[in-house]
Amino acid sequence: MSAVAQHLPALQVVVPLLGAVLVAFLRRGGPAFAIALAVSWAMPAIAVALLWQVLHTGTISYALGGWEPPFGIEYRVDILNAFVLVLVSGVGAVTMPYAYRSVGFEIPEERRAWFYCMYLLCLAGLLGITVTGDAFNAFVFLEISSLATYVLIALGPDRRALLAAFQYLIMGTIGATFYVIGVGLLYLLTGSLNLADVAVRLEPAWADHARTIVAALAFITVGISLKLALFPLHAWLPNAYAYAPSWVTAFLSATATKVAIYLLIRYFFSIFGVSIDFRHLPVTEIVIALSVAAMLIASLIAVFETDVKRMLAYSSVAQIGYITLGIGLVNQAGLTGGLVHVVNHAVMKAVLFLALGAIFFRAGTVKLDELAGIGRRMPLTMTAFTLAGFSLVGTPGTVGFISKWYLAVGALDRGWWLLVAVIVASSMIALIYVGRVLEVAWLRAPSPQSGKASEPPLAMLLPVAVMAVATVYFGIDTEWTAGIAGAAAKALLGGLR
Amino acid sequence: MDTIATLIAHYNYVVTVFLMMTGLYIVVARGNLVKKLIGLAIFQTSVYLLYIEPGKIIGGTAPILDPAFSIYTNPLPHVLILTAIVVGVATLALGLALVVRINEAYGTVEEDEIIRRDREP
Repeated sequence: MSAVAQHLPALQVVVPLLGAVLVAFLRRGGPAFAIALAVSWAMPAIAVALLWQVLHTGTISYALGGWEPPFGIEYRVDILNAFVLVLVSGVGAVTMPYAYRSVGFEIPEERRAWFYCMYLLCLAGLLGITVTGDAFNAFVFLEISSLATYVLIALGPDRRALLAAFQYLIMGTIGATFYVIGVGLLYLLTGSLNLADVAVRLEPAWADHARTIVAALAFITVGISLKLALFPLHAWLPNAYAYAPSWVTAFLSATATKVAIYLLIRYFFSIFGVSIDFRHLPVTEIVIALSVAAMLIASLIAVFETDVKRMLAYSSVAQIGYITLGIGLVNQAGLTGGLVHVVNHAVMKAVLFLALGAIFFRAGTVKLDELAGIGRRMPLTMTAFTLAGFSLVGTPGTVGFISKWYLAVGALDRGWWLLVAVIVASSMIALIYVGRVLEVAWLRAPSPQSGKASEPPLAMLLPVAVMAVATVYFGIDTEWTAGIAGAAAKALLGGLR
Repeated sequence: MDTIATLIAHYNYVVTVFLMMTGLYIVVARGNLVKKLIGLAIFQTSVYLLYIEPGKIIGGTAPILDPAFSIYTNPLPHVLILTAIVVGVATLALGLALVVRINEAYGTVEEDEIIRRDREP
């Protein structure tokens, strides 16, 4: 058992990769789903084991292939990583049973095995970005997960999914290439690709090469921001989320952007922040300004959308603004708020998109007017949607409130009352667009499309219900979400200059 | 004068930046999907140059250990760029596959034409 425990960081990535190869050989939908399910359920086991190890014995440093860092590639797991690993693998595990019926409905028979193959590659890529401690290795995994994501989106039933995937491919590749340029500049400055090593070596380079360091930071920030859909670079997200298969949208909204956020935090706090005083780098002010723009503008656009999936996609852009606001605040409460919102938003959005997918499964549409009265025909699904919707607004007793509370405290700690007003204003706008959907779904007479709907099969209902309960449970008992986020924030801020 | 002398001495970096900007411009300015992919490929190629050019150490020989030589060119950027080239090839292949599917679905590969056809019922 100890031999397996030693290699857990590598197994976290290798098992989904091998699973993807196996599925590619099998080519039949049924066995492909079985393998995907088995791998999805094994991943949280490994992630939780890693988190347990980190909480009890500290940061894990794993040398891939036995080659010692900084020359070899190192997988480095600390509290922040382990937290994100548990999130990504957990979302994959909980939502996988849902995928069987949803994929069966939206994707033709001959493509289902390829769907699961791409899902496993995407999972391997996302887990790889989170667990690696090497800058270029992070790029490779970033591209593995991104390429798999483009294919997953292109499998959507509507033909507009193809153009959405293509536009995401162009923007995503530009983002990854910017990231590579940044890493190249860092390599030229320090001679190393290992993240921890670069952090140490960057400090003496600041005296002579300040401009290069700022340029590297700029390229890396812009590159990663394209992936996490920070405000002006979010253009790919609404189309990609609106036209992708329902399960894909739910999975991506809960994981892909969150892993990119993790990478940004890693660069800001563990690499640049360690060697350079943040006051010399204007990056936090810019991040806060863009976050405020995201929170207000994206929420406003969401209010006017008639397609509920697009509306939730714009809502995602706004919620990502909350997370980056927490990053930009650079204090204990703010960073804790940002980190805890990573988990909270993942759970909320997953419930919303999965519930919407169940509605699409039964009613065949996601247009707002055509969903009138669906609450009466699908009460359990709509209750889950309602709970997650209230959480999005920030009702006390749900997870959304916890994140906004920490963010508000963080803003107050910096003395920026205006930011608290922005957080409240954006929550009010969220109330408008969520309230609109709830009003149409619960209080109107059923339309022809919602008339023929009924509750989705148990395989789809159970994941939705479990995660909806989680949005309320983690809003009351925050030990596992805010507690760990707080510990991670403390560790990150402790290393700052 | 000093700047111009520096730029002429480092003409390879000038070419790299020129390729980078050309690639980005093509992606933004051209509506044909295949041309966008070509622009993307040019942009990625310039990044390969950005990595490899500083790898050549002045006075360095090929990176094969030999008692007669003490300075070697850095082989690590070449290794990194091989990986990046493979990633670039995979991206280009995926992009072109998507273009083939888009052409089958819409009958065109011009972006504004595709958007127009989506807007009509």
